[in-house]
Amino acid sequence: MNLPPSRVRIRTDQPAAPPSTNGAGSVALPDAVTTSADAQWGGAPEVVFDSRDVSVFYGAKQALAGVNLGIRRGQITALIGPSGCGKTTFLRSLNRMNDSVPSFRIEGEILYHGHDIYGGNVDQVEVRRRIGMVFQKPNPFPKSIYDNIAWAPRNLGMRSGLSDRVEKALRGAALWDEVKDRLKDSALGLSGGQQQRLCIARAIAIEPDVLLLDEPASALDPIATGAIEDLMHSLKGRFTIVIVTHNMQQAARVADRTAFFSLETSGEKPVGALIEFDDTERIFSSPRDPRTRDYVTGRFG
Amino acid sequence: MSGSSDPAGFGGKPQAYDPAAPLTPTGNLRRRQIFSKVTEYMATIAALGAIAVLVIVVFAVVRHGADAISWDFIIKGAPEGVAPALVGSAIIVAIATLIATPLGVLIALYLNQYAGRRAAGFVSLTMDVMNGLPAIIIGIFIFTFMVKKQGTLAIGQAGWIGGVALSIIMVPLIARGTQGVLRLIPKSQSEAADALGVARWRTVLSVILPSALGGILTVTILSIARAAGETAPLLLLTSNGDISRVVLNPLEALASGPVRIYTLSEEANPEGFTEAWGLSLLFISFILFASMGARALLARSKRKTSS
Amino acid sequence: MSSAATPAGSRAAVRRRDWRKRGDRFGDAALYIICAGAAVLGALVLILIAYEIVNEARPAIDKFGLGFITSTEWKPTEQFNIFGAGSLLFGTLLSSFFALLLGAPIAISIGLFLSQLAPKAVRGVVAPLVELLAAVPSVILGFWGILILAPFVKSTIEPALHDTLGFIPLFGEPQTTGSSVFTASLILTIMIIPIISAVSRDLFMSVPRELQDGASALGATRWEVIRGVVLPSTASGVIAASLLGLGRALGEAIAVAQVIGAGSEISFDLFKTGDTLAARIANQFPGALTELHIASLYYCAALLLVIGVAANLIASWIGRRFSYAGGELR
Repeated sequence: MNLPPSRVRIRTDQPAAPPSTNGAGSVALPDAVTTSADAQWGGAPEVVFDSRDVSVFYGAKQALAGVNLGIRRGQITALIGPSGCGKTTFLRSLNRMNDSVPSFRIEGEILYHGHDIYGGNVDQVEVRRRIGMVFQKPNPFPKSIYDNIAWAPRNLGMRSGLSDRVEKALRGAALWDEVKDRLKDSALGLSGGQQQRLCIARAIAIEPDVLLLDEPASALDPIATGAIEDLMHSLKGRFTIVIVTHNMQQAARVADRTAFFSLETSGEKPVGALIEFDDTERIFSSPRDPRTRDYVTGRFG
Repeated sequence: MSGSSDPAGFGGKPQAYDPAAPLTPTGNLRRRQIFSKVTEYMATIAALGAIAVLVIVVFAVVRHGADAISWDFIIKGAPEGVAPALVGSAIIVAIATLIATPLGVLIALYLNQYAGRRAAGFVSLTMDVMNGLPAIIIGIFIFTFMVKKQGTLAIGQAGWIGGVALSIIMVPLIARGTQGVLRLIPKSQSEAADALGVARWRTVLSVILPSALGGILTVTILSIARAAGETAPLLLLTSNGDISRVVLNPLEALASGPVRIYTLSEEANPEGFTEAWGLSLLFISFILFASMGARALLARSKRKTSS
Repeated sequence: MSSAATPAGSRAAVRRRDWRKRGDRFGDAALYIICAGAAVLGALVLILIAYEIVNEARPAIDKFGLGFITSTEWKPTEQFNIFGAGSLLFGTLLSSFFALLLGAPIAISIGLFLSQLAPKAVRGVVAPLVELLAAVPSVILGFWGILILAPFVKSTIEPALHDTLGFIPLFGEPQTTGSSVFTASLILTIMIIPIISAVSRDLFMSVPRELQDGASALGATRWEVIRGVVLPSTASGVIAASLLGLGRALGEAIAVAQVIGAGSEISFDLFKTGDTLAARIANQFPGALTELHIASLYYCAALLLVIGVAANLIASWIGRRFSYAGGELR
């Protein structure tokens, strides 16, 4: 995907489209920059996730410090950086998957369409219904291909047109042609790349608003990886996608905006932190922070 | 707002919900959450119910048995006390332990050190079957094998024969438990010994068994707790024990606690009930404390070896 | 066990080493023999048990044949001397299956509670308590059953059940004493719950985290994750655990003998007295006099052995064949 070569930067304070109920406040970002990437969309799309000074602790140990980040609708946002600096932790905080870790504690706010995900009245299950996740290692259920995809829609009460929904999901995940004749076969018989696409199909079958992908291609061979990347291109716009990847080239190929995480060693203990967040093109061609430059030019990590 | 290709025809249609709405349950989620909560409550009630039953039974035994307990009760024989049954049980269980522990440990060693896959499967199966044998069947077998063969039925009851029967109940427990303990021992220890050229039997005796000793002890205590409460075999094999005086000779029929409780429970004599409650209290105290203690030890040693 | 080249000059050392090697070989062989011998002994005992019981039952098998299984006449007295285990078999199966019907769902719920719902601290307290329930000797449980449970059942539970569910033939008229198949089933339920719940709990905890995460990430409630992922992938193991519990119930002699009332008719009415194979043996074996009576009791034991071991073997077979490994059948 090539960005238009325009180097015009327009600094605009653009508030997001107001939420339709319960005015939850403006989500204008301090660094709301409408860039050439945004221009594609006809203006800065609304911010879906507004992470405000988010810190994550596991017991006494701090994993993430003060992350400020705005993820925009319909774009692919990549989180890159060396391992262990909090990218996956941050991603999993976006749909409350970290809740099952007993010592998990979060400070700051994550606003989703203006609502604090960790707020008092928030239903965890509702969060995950709208914000789906695909994991690093494919984890299909020990059921048939059809039942894997149909399971969540059935829970949600989407019983009519189920076959259509399954077909659409499989098409959306570029898997339909390969499995359409064996929908009743066990999902465990698929190859790794197919299983991962199945997991993506499973996630999009319930039409979430956001898709979180945690290193979706890291367990796959290059051909399967390419298929996944093509898939992401076709899915964005319809879905907002956030992807964690340790593969810089993948981020460069796929993402509209890229966030670089690394270990902040200035304090007593190293802590994961967001170093730089910008258009992908800028991150890779002219990063502002020297640490970013070191990473993307391969000097470390 | 779609700015990309849409091969599946997924986009374009509005979603079934408003993503910007507050994150309270939409659609059918409220109903599903209520249902889920109800199942959680039911599971919690089930667990609490099981504990409640335990508490009720133990409480009843304590409440009714406490009346019977006195120093005389423990020291003397009938009619004041149950000492013969206590001592008899102790002797019978001791004999069973002496037989079962070496056998169980050896079988576990066989499974751990020597058995190939098929042999291990077969021996494991025999242990599983032995574990599931009804106690009454074990009793009737030992009766046939050792009592009846001596001639007519009336002679041949002896405490040690009861011990043999109980040992059959204990062996699979000790074997399984010891097998678990042996598995926890890091292979590095025996591999180091092998690398030094030490003979297998030396490794087993001087490296493996000492490491496993604590676990074997714990497993044995658990089996003792189990065997101490068994009634059916003793009912057939050593039910004529003298309850008026303490008998120490295992070659004679010995009284035992479980058989005494059973006999008293089948008679319609309320005074006998008091004695049975008292005996129950003594036995259940021993069994519960031994079980709890052994499990606590087992948990502690598991934590040590796995950390 | 190769040795390096002989150290220069020390023939005594070589001889010591040779003796040591010979001793080691002997020691290794000896250890192997006694270990394998113990294992063989275990198998031998099982075979011996089966042989002896069937052998002693021969007079009754010869006299009554397979009709023993269906006939319900059991008359030890001199004039009749006729035996049939039909009602015993029926009572065994009825009481055990009813106990399984009650106990398995409860035990599975407890397993779910301990593995899915309870925080670690609660699990550490509740799990041992449930296991302690298994440590209560059956004779004490039966004694408590006679004096406390049976009267309660007779005065409260049986009338309540009869009033509400009396149209089901299981729940007939309450009897004069609380001794009944129903009370026996309740005691059996208490006995089998710890077994089934302990195994279930381990099974549920072995379901990979990633599978459950995957289900949660699709916006499923906790129950839906359990129903959709946890239970299906452990189904065969849970069935095996239930069969283990069934085997325990089938073989219980003492507690059942204490509360079942030694009835002898075949009836689906749980509130009537009944008898089981194991309880009949416990009741009558010590006092049996005639050879046919004794042989008939052995015949009962043989039947009990067959169904008890069958339940156990099926449980082991399921456990072995359908081991949980990604939920796929192997």
